[in-house]
Amino acid sequence: MTTTTRAAATPPRTRAPRGAARRFGLARHSLALAGRSLIKTLRTPEQLLDVTLQPIIFVLIFVYLLGGAISGSQHAYLEFLLPAIMVQTVLFASIATGVSLNTDVEKGVFDRFRSLPIARSAPLVGSVVGDLVRFVVSIVVLFAFGYAIGFRIGTDPLSTLAACLLTIAFAFAVSWIGVLLGVVMRSPGAVQGTAFLVLFPLTFGTNMMVPTDTLPGWLQWWVGINPVADVMEAARGLIIGGPVAGPVTRSLLWTVAIIAVFAPLAVRAYRRRA
Amino acid sequence: MVGAMTYAFEAEGLVKRFGTTTALAGIDLAARRGTVLGVLGPNGAGKTTAVRILATLLRPDAGRATVGGHDVVADAAEVRRLIGLTGQYASVDEDLTGTQNLVLIGRLLDLSRRDARARAAELLAWFDLTEAAGRPAKTYSGGMRRRLDLAASLVGRPEVIYLDEPTTGLDPAKREEMWGVVRSLVDDGSTVLLTTQYLDEADALADEISVIDHGRVIAHGTPGELKRIAGSQTIVVRPTEPDRIGEVAEILRASTGAEPELPRPGLLTVPVEGDAPFTAVVRRLDDAGIGVVELALRLPSLDEVFFTLTGHGADEPTEVAA
Repeated sequence: MTTTTRAAATPPRTRAPRGAARRFGLARHSLALAGRSLIKTLRTPEQLLDVTLQPIIFVLIFVYLLGGAISGSQHAYLEFLLPAIMVQTVLFASIATGVSLNTDVEKGVFDRFRSLPIARSAPLVGSVVGDLVRFVVSIVVLFAFGYAIGFRIGTDPLSTLAACLLTIAFAFAVSWIGVLLGVVMRSPGAVQGTAFLVLFPLTFGTNMMVPTDTLPGWLQWWVGINPVADVMEAARGLIIGGPVAGPVTRSLLWTVAIIAVFAPLAVRAYRRRA
Repeated sequence: MVGAMTYAFEAEGLVKRFGTTTALAGIDLAARRGTVLGVLGPNGAGKTTAVRILATLLRPDAGRATVGGHDVVADAAEVRRLIGLTGQYASVDEDLTGTQNLVLIGRLLDLSRRDARARAAELLAWFDLTEAAGRPAKTYSGGMRRRLDLAASLVGRPEVIYLDEPTTGLDPAKREEMWGVVRSLVDDGSTVLLTTQYLDEADALADEISVIDHGRVIAHGTPGELKRIAGSQTIVVRPTEPDRIGEVAEILRASTGAEPELPRPGLLTVPVEGDAPFTAVVRRLDDAGIGVVELALRLPSLDEVFFTLTGHGADEPTEVAA
């Protein structure tokens, strides 16, 4: 049988170049690992169920349940709400990064990654980038559904694209908070619970549903310092028109700041959890 | 230093604690280039912890280890270029196909896309996995998963290969197959660290064996030396007809000059030196027309080695090391 032939043969060792040390290692390795996440997501498309249904459910609840009461016209409310809902659903979608990482880190395959000559941060960056598909799916579903029920962009496609990219960039930043939780916490359930606890005041404590001036003073103060409110404001400005420069600048600064704090913390925690 | 030239890896006085548990209490391990070091010990003896330190996955609390002359802590990146690791549990991605698993590793090792594909195909063929190459690894049998895992650790043509209990849970045929793989790796010039709970496996593959218990090396030597420490081999006979046990005992006594024991009803054992008496026993049983259900020349078991070395059995559980 094959046993005998294998025992006699030696393992293939054709001395192909082992790959001369090439540049941009972190970027290439992270992309290879992001490709791995993508394959996993596409192999089990039901993983995308949440990002597909969530935007639809949120729009239905807010527009038809509350829209009439809040703004008198469901259509006007849809215009006001949809850009902010986009930010919220993409942020909710980013939670999955930390949750799946938490399951992954325990598995042997992460040991393999750790024993390879690649940067320690590459598997983490790979997980974050690999979730891009979730963000894109949720945005596409949201706009398709919004258009079906009467939403129209008030600016131009380029500005709208900019709003989507800004939202995705911010979600990547927030993913790093999820990654930190995913590396530090003991179970996927704990990661999910904690992440929602963090995200609820951040997404709902905004002017997503109602104008800021209708809020009590302490809540106005919170909306004023809440970075998610800035991103929603920026998305609204870029998609339906309104102030853009201020909110976009603040959103970008927050994005950079969150990555600068949480990415190193996550990588350090991952290093320690050997 | 002589060591750097002759040893593929070398560990001195490794200590590792997890909370109040001491997994390694100062162990030394070393293997010359192109040889197999067997690390033999029961569950929780510290085998996996030692491998993880040598594979740069854990930092030792004390002591030092080098691979190819590079320190596993200070020079971890260099060490990772030299090693391949196969864990106790198969560390492949279950959602990826065989090919995707190996191509990913190749890409992470900076092979070009084409080289990575070629290397994956080559390894899959060698491990008889070509037909399953396009299926997700979760559909593989236990033996196939082990082979894929081992293939993944060989993508980068490592000089030093760690095999952490590569045959635990495999059936005897798959075990033999894995042994063949290990032998060909060594023929090809690799150095192998093999951990195992089975004396016969260490005996079959290792050039030298370190026996460890409670995080310490309690014996080191060639398989022959260890077997001498552990004492003789044993002949085991179980006759088909239990009432002829007296005749069997007489034959054993005559052939070996030692007094047989009756550890269980219907089963006789007698210690022997060398295998010459065994042939005599077989011939005499045949001459006397005594049929047997069991007739074997047994190596001392790990249990017996442990009992000789430590005064306690190998199956007394020690704390599980991470």
